[in-house]
Amino acid sequence: MSAKPKNRKFSRRTVLAGSVAGAAAVLTRFPAPAVAQAEPFRLGLLTVKTGPLAQGGIQMEQGVLTYLKETNYVIGGRKVDFVSADTGGNPAGTKTKAQELVERDKVDVILGPLAAFELYAISDYIREQKMPTLSLAAADDLTQRKPNPYLLRASATSSQAMHPMAHYTATELKLKRIFCIVEDFAFGYEQMGGFQASLQKEGGCVVNKLWPPLVTPDYTPYVAQISDCDGVCQGFAGSNPLRFMKAYANAGLKYPVVTGETGGDDALLRSYGEEAIGLVSCIPYTLDLEIDANHRFINGMLKNFDVIPGQYAGLLYVNCQVVDAALKATGGDAHDKDKFMTALKAVSLTDTPRGPLKFDHFGNVIGTFYVRRIGTEGAKYGLKLWNKTIKTYENVSQFWTWPEQEYLAHPVYSRDYPPLTKC
Amino acid sequence: MTFWLLLTVNSVTFGGLLFLLSAGFSLIFGLMRIPNLTHGSMFMLGAYFGTTLLSGVLGVRFGFWLAAVVCAIEVALLGALMERLLLRRLAGQQLAQVLVTLGVSFMVADLCLMGWGGDPISVATPPGLNGFVRFGAAVFPLYRLAVIAIAVVVALALWLMLERTRLGAMIRAGVDDPQMARVVGIRVSQLFTIVFALGAGLAGFAGLIGGPILSVYPGIDQDMLPLALVVVILGGTGSLLGSFVGSILIGFIYNFGQALLPELAYFILFLPMVLVLVLRPQGLFGGQIL
Repeated sequence: MSAKPKNRKFSRRTVLAGSVAGAAAVLTRFPAPAVAQAEPFRLGLLTVKTGPLAQGGIQMEQGVLTYLKETNYVIGGRKVDFVSADTGGNPAGTKTKAQELVERDKVDVILGPLAAFELYAISDYIREQKMPTLSLAAADDLTQRKPNPYLLRASATSSQAMHPMAHYTATELKLKRIFCIVEDFAFGYEQMGGFQASLQKEGGCVVNKLWPPLVTPDYTPYVAQISDCDGVCQGFAGSNPLRFMKAYANAGLKYPVVTGETGGDDALLRSYGEEAIGLVSCIPYTLDLEIDANHRFINGMLKNFDVIPGQYAGLLYVNCQVVDAALKATGGDAHDKDKFMTALKAVSLTDTPRGPLKFDHFGNVIGTFYVRRIGTEGAKYGLKLWNKTIKTYENVSQFWTWPEQEYLAHPVYSRDYPPLTKC
Repeated sequence: MTFWLLLTVNSVTFGGLLFLLSAGFSLIFGLMRIPNLTHGSMFMLGAYFGTTLLSGVLGVRFGFWLAAVVCAIEVALLGALMERLLLRRLAGQQLAQVLVTLGVSFMVADLCLMGWGGDPISVATPPGLNGFVRFGAAVFPLYRLAVIAIAVVVALALWLMLERTRLGAMIRAGVDDPQMARVVGIRVSQLFTIVFALGAGLAGFAGLIGGPILSVYPGIDQDMLPLALVVVILGGTGSLLGSFVGSILIGFIYNFGQALLPELAYFILFLPMVLVLVLRPQGLFGGQIL
């Protein structure tokens, strides 16, 4: 317990922003600094434990718990009180739970939420509350053209993994004319926009882009339209990649398929069958990274939950490491939110399950991205399929190889940007 | 050409699967007037039970077809229990029925999440149906064609049951005029339990049969329920022929709508339902059970 917060003033903001109940709770926290030193660090998690998004959401919580168990619930020299909230995977629920975490549970930092629409629902609120938030949600513009100063993203923007994926597709797989297919929502647009922009930079082009609705029980009608190309890029998330790859194989299509972080996530390896063999993906966390930090994490997940982790668990574990490092840097003081946010953005780590990482001035990660191919060779942990890393891209920023100013001068990736060109 | 052929065959296949799902929904609604919003949950439960049977229970691994029958029976029993314990008490109160069945569907969804976890589970195609069939330049998986055959067999079996058996005659009487059926000595209450169990069982059966195509994942219940609703409203409640024609129609609309006008896929899917509700509320074949 080296922490001795020096400056424990309660700003007018804290009191004003709190509800009556909140204000009462603040008063009970007024003891002198000497007592406050023993006060636990309150770590909040917004996740989804029910409904269709629960698979990733449950892994998020397991990732956090794995880190806390490893450190005996002490980070940055302070005991941790962990509060987990289930948003139900909808924006209204996320807002309510965020308010509960901030105003009732008085958390010092929020991890999560999972989905972009959840993050958008609370973006203004966390700014108003100055609540440091380490989100997994990928919405590009929240660390680009509409930055939220209280947001830190140690995972990736939607397009961040797709930039190197397209580079690899064009330069190493030598596939130039690509057919893109992804769900009809922002995460999909931003993924494919990034893929297209980076592909065009390497002299490739996109033949066509298809946007099936989020709920598509059978992908055959879309698969039937795929033709006249060198390869296919799919950006599906949740359980959709599984059904897409099945429909794709069933239709007898043989074009090579590449995908992003959600389509090739290691958590899907148990569910995928033969149809996924050969699928190439690019992702910020990979199970087969043979470094101590990753072994420690995987063994923790296996021991505590008997679960083989995917990126949701991996990235939340990394988030905890980032909070830990920032807290150490401030001597255990997270009370001044702006100071703590600065400390968070200054974190630079090497010993994480995803390898080295640091942050840009928007609070978005600069880190390693891994291109892998699914096969059977080298499979561990009782899996039949395995993602084998075939290329690593180091120090990948959200702007890829473009200068920041040039990148930000373009509109955010969308359904219509970049536009389709003759291919 | 390949494109059209693939879509056409897939439309019929998807229609076949929809028929398995919605035939029971239609019978339940036609006979009991219960808008059973747990029907998607029954589909999901059947699929999850099926995956468990396939991976082995107490060291016994079931074959695909046996698993499909067993999971249908399991779900039918659950359906019977639910009808006896819950819906029976709410006879005639449609609003209460909607709320209770909706509530139960949420509960089932969470129980499945607890029981089977959130990871999607893929169901292997049954042995012997792994191959492909060639239509000119198009290839089509054998299993999807088998689904059409299964749907036709089930449709024929249901038709024979309704047309040729005493039970069928009682069900028809019940759909036509429940009060009169009661008066002539048909034990309508028992009939309700049987029909509800039958409908649930069919949905459970469809769950596993759909497994190799759709895989099984949390939320599949809410994905399938609206499709069953559309089919039944289009075809007419309580009508076997209606479910069959409605399923195939929706199969075509779904496939061609998504392929040709993907932006309007859902609009096109629900448009016929709206038109039917406005112009012919009883559905295309409403009032004729067969």
